[in-house]
Amino acid sequence: MIKSLSTETTLENAGLSAEEQDLFSNARPQAYEPYPIKAVEDFANWCRANSLWLLAFGTGCGAIELRPLMTARFDANRIGVAGRPTPRQSSVFIIGGYSSVKTLKRIVRSYEQMQGPKFVISLGICPINGGMYWDSYNTIKRLDQYIPVDLYITGCMPRPEVLVGGLLELKKMIKEGRCDGANRYVENFDWYKANQKKVIKNWNMPDYNW
Amino acid sequence: MNSMLERLSREFRVTDIIERNARLTTFTVDRDVAETLIRELRDREGYTHLNFMTAIDYIERGVFTLVYMLHNYATKSTLGVHVNIDRDNAEMTSIHTLWAQAWTYQRELRELWGINFPGSPRIEEDFCLEGWEEIPPMRREFDTVEYCERTFVSRDGRETTDPREHMHEVIFPERGGDN
Repeated sequence: MIKSLSTETTLENAGLSAEEQDLFSNARPQAYEPYPIKAVEDFANWCRANSLWLLAFGTGCGAIELRPLMTARFDANRIGVAGRPTPRQSSVFIIGGYSSVKTLKRIVRSYEQMQGPKFVISLGICPINGGMYWDSYNTIKRLDQYIPVDLYITGCMPRPEVLVGGLLELKKMIKEGRCDGANRYVENFDWYKANQKKVIKNWNMPDYNW
Repeated sequence: MNSMLERLSREFRVTDIIERNARLTTFTVDRDVAETLIRELRDREGYTHLNFMTAIDYIERGVFTLVYMLHNYATKSTLGVHVNIDRDNAEMTSIHTLWAQAWTYQRELRELWGINFPGSPRIEEDFCLEGWEEIPPMRREFDTVEYCERTFVSRDGRETTDPREHMHEVIFPERGGDN
């Protein structure tokens, strides 16, 4: 059973103005609880793994690799991956390389809008340790400080082949029930939120609910 | 080209005329006449295209050098207009009335170097850095590494090796020396 570390039951939504406060819910995120019967959960995981919906959100130079991934040559449709234009309908978020603080704000926003089950693939070396942006004033070094990452694909830039390999690996992990990023986000929600607010100075959005 | 530069240096106190190559000439002009000069170049000399504008931080001399790069399609020549402005009171006439796209550059200059362009559209708004609280990051007194270490979390285990020493010590230890 997963419990939230904080004892508070509602979120503060301090970044919102008084009239906006009424427009957004202040409920805390809920952790996903697996089905009590293991066979049912396994079947659900098998279903999840075979219908991955990619969020069409290019967040860095790696986004250029998503075009050949989806088109005829590498053709991700054959492994059950298709694109969706909105976070509310997608389940896989590929962070395509470096992320500036301005982009991070949009990443957090998109990630929180995604419905569960949701998985994050981090592409390239920059979200891992900063890469060539290790001394940049505007580029975050570690993505896993801000949102949970299920799978890393390193390289600069990784080719679409390795992205296909990464997606196959992600499918394997989902089938085994090892992709618990969304639950980690709920468990350590206050830690993630504090990290996000440390770099995103103008926090003018709700804390979780969109 | 030369007659134009002669006339300009007579009328506008143009200094430091340097012919960088056959198609690029730069010169420096005083701040208060710069906008008039650029307007004249655009309207009468055919320099109708603003390639870009940017700033150079000469912290030793206490000035920012603004660079306006103008292009003439007829003669295929490029002109770099340099304007020195005071670093402590960085302010310059806006040229968004000459080229509408200039206000984007001016927003960037204000955000990254802290140079103000009064009257430029949306100059007060955040551009790339949202909620920036430090001094403008492209100013040379801004310590990028220090800020980066203070703000972002590093991952352990990142280390760099000097390629030359690494080759001597690890790859070719038997060779030694410089060979």
